[in-house]
Amino acid sequence: MTSLLEIEDLRAYYGQVQALHGLSFSLEDGSVTTLLGANGAGKTTTLRSVCNMIRSTGGIRFDGKSLAGRSTEDIVKLGIAHVPQGRGTFTRMTVEENLQLGAMTRRDARAINDDIGRMYHHFPKLEERASQQAGTLSGGEQQMLAVARALMLRPRLMLLDEPSFGLAPLVVRDLFGILQRINRDEKVTILVVEQNAQLALAIAKQAYVIETGRIVMSGEAGAVANNEDIRKSYLGY
Amino acid sequence: MELFVNQVLAGIATGAIYACMALAVVMIYQAIDHLNFAQGEMAMFSTFIAWQLIQWGVPYWIAFVLTLAISFVGGVLIERLLFKPLASAPILTHVAGFIALFAIINSVAGLTWDFTIKQFPSPFGSRPFLGSQLISTHQAGMIGVTLVLLLMLYGFFRFTRIGLAMRAAASLPDSARLVGINVGWMIALGWGMASAIGAIAGMLIAPVVFLEPNMMGGVLLYGFASAVLGGLTSPFGAVIGGFLVGIFENLVGTYIPGVGNELKLPIALALIVTVLVVKPNGLFGRTVVQRV
Amino acid sequence: MSTIQETVAPAAAAAAPTRRSAGTIAQLVVLALLLVTPLFVKNFVIFQMTMWLVYAIAIAALNLLTGGSGQFSLGQSAFFALGAYASAILMETYNVNYALTLPVSGLICFAAGFLFGLPALRLSGVYLALATFALATAMPQLLKLGVLEPWTGGVQGLVVTKPDAPFHLPISQDKWLYYFTLLVALLIYIASVNLLKSRTGRAMMAIRDNQIAASALGVNLALYKTLAFGISAAFTGIAGALGAIVVQFVAPDSYTIQLAIAIFLGMVVGGVGWLPGSLAGSAFIVFVPNIAEGISKGLSGAVFGALLILVIFVIPHGARQVAFSAEALAKKLFKN
Repeated sequence: MTSLLEIEDLRAYYGQVQALHGLSFSLEDGSVTTLLGANGAGKTTTLRSVCNMIRSTGGIRFDGKSLAGRSTEDIVKLGIAHVPQGRGTFTRMTVEENLQLGAMTRRDARAINDDIGRMYHHFPKLEERASQQAGTLSGGEQQMLAVARALMLRPRLMLLDEPSFGLAPLVVRDLFGILQRINRDEKVTILVVEQNAQLALAIAKQAYVIETGRIVMSGEAGAVANNEDIRKSYLGY
Repeated sequence: MELFVNQVLAGIATGAIYACMALAVVMIYQAIDHLNFAQGEMAMFSTFIAWQLIQWGVPYWIAFVLTLAISFVGGVLIERLLFKPLASAPILTHVAGFIALFAIINSVAGLTWDFTIKQFPSPFGSRPFLGSQLISTHQAGMIGVTLVLLLMLYGFFRFTRIGLAMRAAASLPDSARLVGINVGWMIALGWGMASAIGAIAGMLIAPVVFLEPNMMGGVLLYGFASAVLGGLTSPFGAVIGGFLVGIFENLVGTYIPGVGNELKLPIALALIVTVLVVKPNGLFGRTVVQRV
Repeated sequence: MSTIQETVAPAAAAAAPTRRSAGTIAQLVVLALLLVTPLFVKNFVIFQMTMWLVYAIAIAALNLLTGGSGQFSLGQSAFFALGAYASAILMETYNVNYALTLPVSGLICFAAGFLFGLPALRLSGVYLALATFALATAMPQLLKLGVLEPWTGGVQGLVVTKPDAPFHLPISQDKWLYYFTLLVALLIYIASVNLLKSRTGRAMMAIRDNQIAASALGVNLALYKTLAFGISAAFTGIAGALGAIVVQFVAPDSYTIQLAIAIFLGMVVGGVGWLPGSLAGSAFIVFVPNIAEGISKGLSGAVFGALLILVIFVIPHGARQVAFSAEALAKKLFKN
């Protein structure tokens, strides 16, 4: 039960405004964890802090190493893949180029090609559209592409920011099924940040709830899902 | 008919100049997503450096290579010292930066080498090309070099990892960082490459227009026009655009009455703008799909 | 980010009343200085101050276009020239009173700007920049065209008669022109501020911020974008007309792309989209070249460039940044 990612007293700032007020949590190696919260609660801010994309203080340790002072690119090289809000797809480039970009930090050309093949196997739609401009893909397809691109890194940790955003329910279900499989088969630790709590809680082992920059609840996903307040606020019943 | 063909050929010859300049423009556009208005001045300065080396007795091709290296480093330095600190400033402030750079380079060149015209040698000589009266060996050489450069750039962007990384960094810097690309180096690299290409353009153009600090003004404008006409995302388009602009310019001068030298520029520009109104992304530019 | 916005919004709302009064005080002080200074300086300085105001109007007009509707223009010199020549021709060939030439120049330039805005609708960003650049480079050549020489005076240009103060007021021509220009500048400034606050202004700013969204909300893109071009051209034309009257001379080579670039630089130094900055920007383009030449004749271009770089390094958002920082500082001082 080792922790792959440990966050301690994380405070993050957008200019003068403080968005996170001392967050502390950890991710178990090999597990799926979900961070739930409403709009503006600080979910995206948390992920951005891990990748050092915004100013923050506090301890962030990945695989025992401190991430303080490292540039985003270096953090990525340590094995953290971040699928940002809005997917961050390179819309002007083809699907295949997007996948190649995912492997930009790797040197093993043969294995990279094999991995692209594997992605096409997992996501046949992407193979169909391999030489199409990524911007022409539908929302669901772009999300799949974003996940595939992240996987090309062969990450140890995958961070996903609201992957269900703007997607139809069936597509979201497929997506979360894929995430579950990735976690199980490729042994990738996953932190998925969501407003849409139901599916996230279904695939996660551990859950945290964040409100206005503070963690207000934590526990096993099942227990959190059954909590009455959570049900009312995030699950709608 | 023969006049027409001749003018077209002559247009292609002069168009090679614009095509070469346009390549440098596109190169930097690929790196930083906007136009470097000081590109022409940087090319002019590089050409002066080459001239100075040759004056000091350095053989042409060695001076050529040295100039490329110096220009590359110069481009990187300008980016690191001037534009990197401005990275978070609004775009229009960047444009002001380019204008300032233009003024400085032009002024320093004028002071160092004064404004008298100088001869710059051509490695291709200036004999008639294959006996033709219209294209000299130098012009043929220009066209050849431009095409070779184009092929190299095309290959670079399309088939190399670093070319892909540069495109990604220019397109979406945040996403590029998230795949491990050091965006800062990519931008610096783009500047260095553009500077080197500009140097090549300058050294090819100087034998034709003669070397002096203001030699690049009109050329740069035509270079921009060519790049824009071709579609800023396409080196191939830039070259075609260059040739087309050269041809336009010549045909306009030949066939439209009352058009002296002064009106050639505005008319060529007007034509280009007309084309753009019809095809806003240029002839070969990739239309970027904009989802709200 | 609504929660974060909640924290920020009330503070901003509370700050608003103070901001308005601090800003207004500053503006009144500037106005007072503008009214009083000419009484104490030589005619030549008054002339420079008048040109300073003239360019400030042109810069404000560009601000309306770029800061207001998000359209980029490197072609303002063309409208400036058009207004200048219109005024000169009306005065010299048709003996129209100088003051009346202003609205006429304005209307002509409005039409020109509006018409230019139509094809420009399909262009944006760097493509629009090129189109406006083309317009600016074409203008001097068009003005030199032989066909138009009977009116424009060709390469030589036209001399414009300097008007006297009306009603035989006992002040010099220079002083009168200065106050006249100041009056026009004030009127245009007030009109611009009101435009931006109006429904039209908000439509333009919606277009500036997100064209697609604005269109989806029913904003008529074509109408407002061309309107913005038209209004901006009109004000620039009036500035040009004033310039012609003050300088007493119009010639094609006074209105080259260098002028368009200068106006653009003035907007950047003043702070894009901040009308009061137009004065600061104009001061930069009118006075700094002289300073540069004073520092080094041979390297005046380099010195100008260096000074420009200094300015954009220290205040990348222009004079607006200085103003707001000064205000914040003042508020801190007054709290203690």
